[in-house]
Amino acid sequence: MPDDQIVPRLTLVPNPENQTQMIVAQNLTKVYGDFTAVAGIDFTVAKGESFGLLGPNGAGKSTTMRMITATLQRSGGDLTILDKDPDKFGPQIRAHLGVVPQADNLDTELKVHENLYIYGRYFGLSRKYLTKKIDELLAFAQLEDKRNSKVDQLSGGMKRRLTIARALVNEPEVLLLDEPTTGLDPQARHVLWDRLFRLKEQGVTLVITTHYMDEAEQLCDRLIVMDQGKIMAQGSPASLIAEHSSPEVVEVRFGSDRNAAVAERISHIGDRMDVLPDRILIYAQDGEAALAEIISLGQHPVTSLVRRSSLEDVFLRLTGRTLVD
Amino acid sequence: MSAGHWRGATALVDTNRIAKFGAFYAAEYRIRNMLKWWQAIVAFGIGNPLLYLTSIGIGVGSLIDKNTNGAGPDGVKYLAFIAPALLATAALQGTMEEVTFPVVHGFDWRKVFFAMHAAGLTGKQVAQGVIISAITRSVFTVSVYWAILWAFDAFSSPSALWLIPIEIYFGACFAAVMMAVSAYMKEDDGWFAIIGRFVIAPMFLFSGTFYALSTLPLTIRWVGWISPLWHATEIGRYFSYDHPISSTMLLVHFGYMTLLGIAGLLVANRKFALRLAA
Ligand SMILES: Nc1ncnc2c1ncn2[C@@H]1O[C@H](COP(=O)(O)OP(=O)(O)OP(=O)(O)O)[C@@H](O)[C@H]1O
Ligand SMILES: [Mg+2]
Repeated sequence: MPDDQIVPRLTLVPNPENQTQMIVAQNLTKVYGDFTAVAGIDFTVAKGESFGLLGPNGAGKSTTMRMITATLQRSGGDLTILDKDPDKFGPQIRAHLGVVPQADNLDTELKVHENLYIYGRYFGLSRKYLTKKIDELLAFAQLEDKRNSKVDQLSGGMKRRLTIARALVNEPEVLLLDEPTTGLDPQARHVLWDRLFRLKEQGVTLVITTHYMDEAEQLCDRLIVMDQGKIMAQGSPASLIAEHSSPEVVEVRFGSDRNAAVAERISHIGDRMDVLPDRILIYAQDGEAALAEIISLGQHPVTSLVRRSSLEDVFLRLTGRTLVD
Repeated sequence: MSAGHWRGATALVDTNRIAKFGAFYAAEYRIRNMLKWWQAIVAFGIGNPLLYLTSIGIGVGSLIDKNTNGAGPDGVKYLAFIAPALLATAALQGTMEEVTFPVVHGFDWRKVFFAMHAAGLTGKQVAQGVIISAITRSVFTVSVYWAILWAFDAFSSPSALWLIPIEIYFGACFAAVMMAVSAYMKEDDGWFAIIGRFVIAPMFLFSGTFYALSTLPLTIRWVGWISPLWHATEIGRYFSYDHPISSTMLLVHFGYMTLLGIAGLLVANRKFALRLAA
């Protein structure tokens, strides 16, 4: 693998200089004892952009997120959030951001609308403003009929929506969400994506961490792929796929005892191949043609699937591992 | 929610205001929660002194007064002797309860403090908010307690009115220390039980509450000297009847409690900030 593919420095999506940069991180580092959780990463988030941090468990997403929400002190590097250094202006920065932490910290003793009210009060927002805003936010989060429910009585997806609504109470300059949909069922995830998409359309700057590649593809204009505290690649979902994978992927299964043997015989097909314990992935310009070629060699897979290449493939390509295990 | 009236936090949120009033925003959260339990707070605020007064003040008191011809410890009737101690106990214990459990709760159970911090409050403001809400409750508790003592004719001097602000202040000083201690606690590491049994309980036993400290042997008397409750009780007796205290000792009592309060706040401010940013 050539070096420039392991640590690509160029983003294909232009991030023009004249755009306002909301977050600028250079060589951003976090060390816990002698363990480096974030190992000197560089990225910027422009105004109006929807920016993603994609990576497996333990990649350093939350650690990065907490540093750029000015709630965790960095160990090294330069960081500017809303043009300020969080080491000096932490409270001022935080007051202008919206944060959805990985674990909800709603007050389960308070009612839904009280959670929004009291959070708004932390910003010193007036009762008059909040009364109106809470109605808007409840409508946005589709929680109007849960207004007077205790938080305990909400489903996981509703709690997540409430946490997002809460983060919007101060009309944040940047909304940062740490794994907004982890643990939710597909239906609840789609509702949430729809809400986030609306915000994005309104021009709210979003930063989202996720280990779901479909989420990153849906929501992010540009993203960094992280692993073990480092950036493996960055760019738009499409450009990352174009750069690090082939347009199509053929997944074939011959049974776990035969996969390796078959792989040797068909290794010349397509651009590249990955042999996983349960299946073989063949990256190709034309998936159907590649599959036909495999069959013409007399190899008949138990199951086969031709699909478009995804960020999952990019990650596998870059790290040799799958994103979600 | 349309983009039309989206003003943006920079225009909407005044960070100077948060810097000035943040501690009160943090307190507001806790006070709102307290108000949900106001019936319980009121019932306890009235029931607690009534219970103590009828059992110890009057029950035990009449026994002691009979045996001493109404000139018990300090030469006053027993009710007058223990009234300032009871008030001090209520002030210190009540304020303590508002800073121990809620602090552990704020850091561990529901992480309320982390939400405040993420919204722009500093660790120091969160800590101050805890003290402010504790004082708010203590204003009520101490005033009610005082009023009931007064109704039971426990004070012989009009200067006893001073006890209200003083015991609230001493309670807050003690609470600052307990808040600092609580900031080091984890939800279930058992330290609360240990501190309760080996620090708080002896302190309440050996502070000259039910009898004069001078009747204790010197080997345990020091427990009283370092105990905030002894200082709070001494001052209380000074203002509620003619309990003699030199002006030096008056200064010592105020100075000691003030120092405890400042030290507690400093440690708590630091620990809150560290825990919230870790
Ligand atoms: N307070 C801490 N002390 C020591 N190590 C930590 C601490 N917080 C995180 N780490 C370690 O840093 C690494 C990155 O953690 P982080 O939470 O940022 O990962 P993540 O990408 O968010 O993972 P996940 O997808 O599981 O949320 C992990 O190995 C984690 O164990
Ligand atoms: Mg995480």
